[in-house]
Order: sequence, then structure tokens, then C-alpha cells
Amino acid sequence: MSVARFWRKIPQRYNLIGTKCDNCGRYFFPPRTFCPVCRRNGRILEHQFKGTGKVVTYTVIRAASEQFEHFTPYVLAIIQLDEGPRLTAQVACPPDKAEIGMRVKKVFRRIGTDGSSGVIHYGTKFVPE
Amino acid sequence: MREVAVIGIGCTTFGEKWNSSFRDLFIEAGARALEDAGLAGEKIDALFIGNMSAGRFVEQEHIGALIADYAGLATTTHIPATRVEAACASGGLAFRQGVTAVASGMSEIVVAAGVEKMTDVASGTTVATLAGAADREWEAFIGATFPGLYAMIANDYMHRYPLTREQLAMVAVKNHYNGARNPIAQFQQEINIETVINSSLVADPLRLYDCSPITDGAAAAILTTMERAREFTDTPVKVLASAQASDSIALHDRRDISTLDATVVAAKRAFRQAGLEHSDVDMLEVHDCFTIAEICAIEDLGFCRKGEAGKLTEEGVTSLQGDLPVNTSGGLKACGHPVGATGIKQIVEVVQQLRGEAGRRQVDAKVGLAHNVGGTGATVTVHILGV
Repeated sequence: MSVARFWRKIPQRYNLIGTKCDNCGRYFFPPRTFCPVCRRNGRILEHQFKGTGKVVTYTVIRAASEQFEHFTPYVLAIIQLDEGPRLTAQVACPPDKAEIGMRVKKVFRRIGTDGSSGVIHYGTKFVPE
Repeated sequence: MREVAVIGIGCTTFGEKWNSSFRDLFIEAGARALEDAGLAGEKIDALFIGNMSAGRFVEQEHIGALIADYAGLATTTHIPATRVEAACASGGLAFRQGVTAVASGMSEIVVAAGVEKMTDVASGTTVATLAGAADREWEAFIGATFPGLYAMIANDYMHRYPLTREQLAMVAVKNHYNGARNPIAQFQQEINIETVINSSLVADPLRLYDCSPITDGAAAAILTTMERAREFTDTPVKVLASAQASDSIALHDRRDISTLDATVVAAKRAFRQAGLEHSDVDMLEVHDCFTIAEICAIEDLGFCRKGEAGKLTEEGVTSLQGDLPVNTSGGLKACGHPVGATGIKQIVEVVQQLRGEAGRRQVDAKVGLAHNVGGTGATVTVHILGV
């Protein structure tokens, strides 16, 4: 991922800054700049998510793309944040400890590196609460 | 709207085709389809080509023009040629574009084709490219792989419904049985449940034999009006319905992780168009990129209730000898999955079955359905064909 492409989403990736529609009260993460329900009547504001939630479903990735090969096996999950929206994230826990319904909270972690001399990508992972 | 018929089909063999280039593949499939229809290339009005990612797989874009050129139709008839893309549903989409062109009266005779050359890059690149069928920014970038996303569907499904590991394996066993009876299939060997359950884990609970392979291949279908079809063939196959639906690009944004709403909606639209009931359909080609995907497809298309497809598979209902044969071609699992070509290959299989040309895998069918999925369910096409 190019430097600019990563850089422009740093608040979202580092701190779970998503959005909220002030018209209908729905929360969005990953952030949306257009409310799919209110459409043109929507009023999108930034929103800082608390970073707590629960595992909806998960898997243990054993065969990864090149960038993640050296992390395998790792737990990948769909997490429902307490505010409502769902996102995909890694859960930093032993594979046999992951389970559906498990409470988790966000942590700041290294996600990957763009080759041996490229940018280090940081972002949000989750750990058991 | 005019009634549309398939008058010719052609397909390459599927597999790791080291001797065939991207161009060789689509020319072979296209030539076979023209021969099947007894048609000269100059008669074709338009080309629609499904292709997911020639840009990453063979570093070639501008596929429409390339194909027109090597088909000998660029410098002669200057044929309009259009590439369409919806990840693994690119083929289904190309077919639908062809149907639309003929039905509307814009075109008389069109070729709808699909092609993918996947083995010219290292497998890591293939995995990364396929992950682009999901949300690159908020799934793949985080470490999601394509099998990983379907594995999360499988885990959610198995947490909520009574599907056993063995039933999941039976999908692969059945599709390999069918593939072993299909001369174009990538895998021609039968397997047993132990083969699946003892294969290496890719993303829990999915193992290697739960996954469709990386494949080179191309397929083509020729369409014209039902009215003109008899000029070219004694066995026209009528397109009874062509439906398409969308859903969120990311799996995490779905209403229900284990239900592909786009399949549900596309199927409803298709059955309404065709004026048919589920009991009228004799065979299905569904998008089994993973074993769990076939389970979801049978249910989401409406052939049984949620949670019942595993039992149907175990009882043999979906086998070649069953009441509702599913993936007679071997499916993506055993026939192979050249992503852009898959949707057209499904049409080729349905047409062969309806014409009674399916050889050792022939089933008794007058109406067949093809179901093609892009990504984890963000695009779905459903076509119903009949004779």
C-alpha cells in the first residue's frame, strides 16, 4: 500500500475514528461519508469508537498472502463494536483461545510491513477483554 | 424484450495450463463455440468478456480489444468488444450483458465469454489478487484472505446450524465424483471424506480440499434471439431468466454473515422472471468456491430452509443420482475455478445437460439454473435456462 494511501486513513486505522449519521443515529466503522439510510438527508460526523466489543465469528489463518506469511497462524475475526458496527480485525490471542461471543478490546499493534525497506503499517488489533 | 437463446458453447479444458497463454485460452473457447453454432465470426455483433484481473495475473488490460484483435474481428468488422468485471462473478455478468444486448434489440448475435490465466504469477500474488474481490482496504489489508472470509462464514454457520465437518466434506467428495466424469475438469480423481478431513488447514475450519483450486481456462457462449435460433441449431436452449443483485463489499457489513442476501434476491428475481417454481428446476450449477459456499447457495437460492443443505448433501439429494443434482460439472471445487471464466462454464454445463450431451454425468433435465458469486457475495447472478 502506497504511503499516501496508508497515511490518509491513519486516524481510522490507529484510533478507530469512524463516523456517525447525526440524522438517524447510526454509527459506521469502517467509516462512511454517505449515510446509506438517510442518503442526502444524512449528516455525517466523525466519531471516536470506544474500542470494545465481541467476536461475531472468527477463523485462524494458516495460509496467508505474502505480507502476512510470517504472522501465521493468526486469529482473524469479525468484531461487533459495542456501538453497533462490525469490522474485520486480528485478535492477538492464541488460536485455541478464540471463541464466538468472546469480549475483546482494541490495542495498537503493528499490522505489517511493505517489504523489508518499506513503511511499517500500524493499526488496531483486539485482545481478550 | 425479445426471447434469447444459447446457440453455441465452447470451453477449454481447465487446469494449470503451462502451454497456453491468456490469448490461446480465449481463442480456443471462442472457436469451439462458433463451431458448435456453425457460425462464421463475421456474423457476431458484439463481444462481452468476463475477466477479473488480467492486469495483475498477466499485466494486461484492455482485454476487450485484445480479444477482438486475436479473434480476427478488430481489423475486419471492428466489432464492439467489452470487458466486464465483478471478481468471480465476471462470467455471469458477461452472460447477462449478452442476454441484455440481444433481448433489447441492440444486437442480433453476441458472444459472452470468460477467461482467466492465473498460473503465470506466484501463488502469493494470486492469493493477494483474489483478496481484492473482498474489501481491500478494510478486510485484505488487515490480514483477511479469501478462504479466511469464507471460513468465518463456515464458523458462524456451524455455530448456529447443525452442519457437521463430515457433511461439509461430502460436498467436496460429491463434486470430485462429478469432476471425474467431466473431461474438462481440473481434477479427475474421486476422493473420500478422509482425504478432505486429513488435508492441511487453510483457515479453520476450511481445509485444502474444502477450497477450489487456482485454474487457467476460458469458456464462451453464443446468444441470439429465440426466433432466429433455429437457423443455427436444432437444439436451442432458452434463457428463461437473467437476474443480478448486489450486497455490501465487506462480509462484516452483511445483515447475516451466513446468508448471501444477494443470492436470495437474485434468485427471487429470476424465478419471478421465469414464472417457475423451485420444483421445476432439474439441476443446479452453484458457486462452490468453498464447500460452505455450496451449502449456503442451495439454501439461499431457496431449495431448502437454512440449516438443511448439509443433511440434503448427506442424503445424496444433490448427487448425480439424486433428485436435485448440484454441480454436475464438478463445480468450482473439482472442475476448477478460472475466476472470470467460471460463470460462463456454468452456462456451458447447464446447456450440455439440457441438450443431453453430458456423457457420463448426464442427468434428466429440462430446466437448469446457474448461480455465480463475486467476492463473498457482493455480486450474484442467477440464470435459468430451459428446453
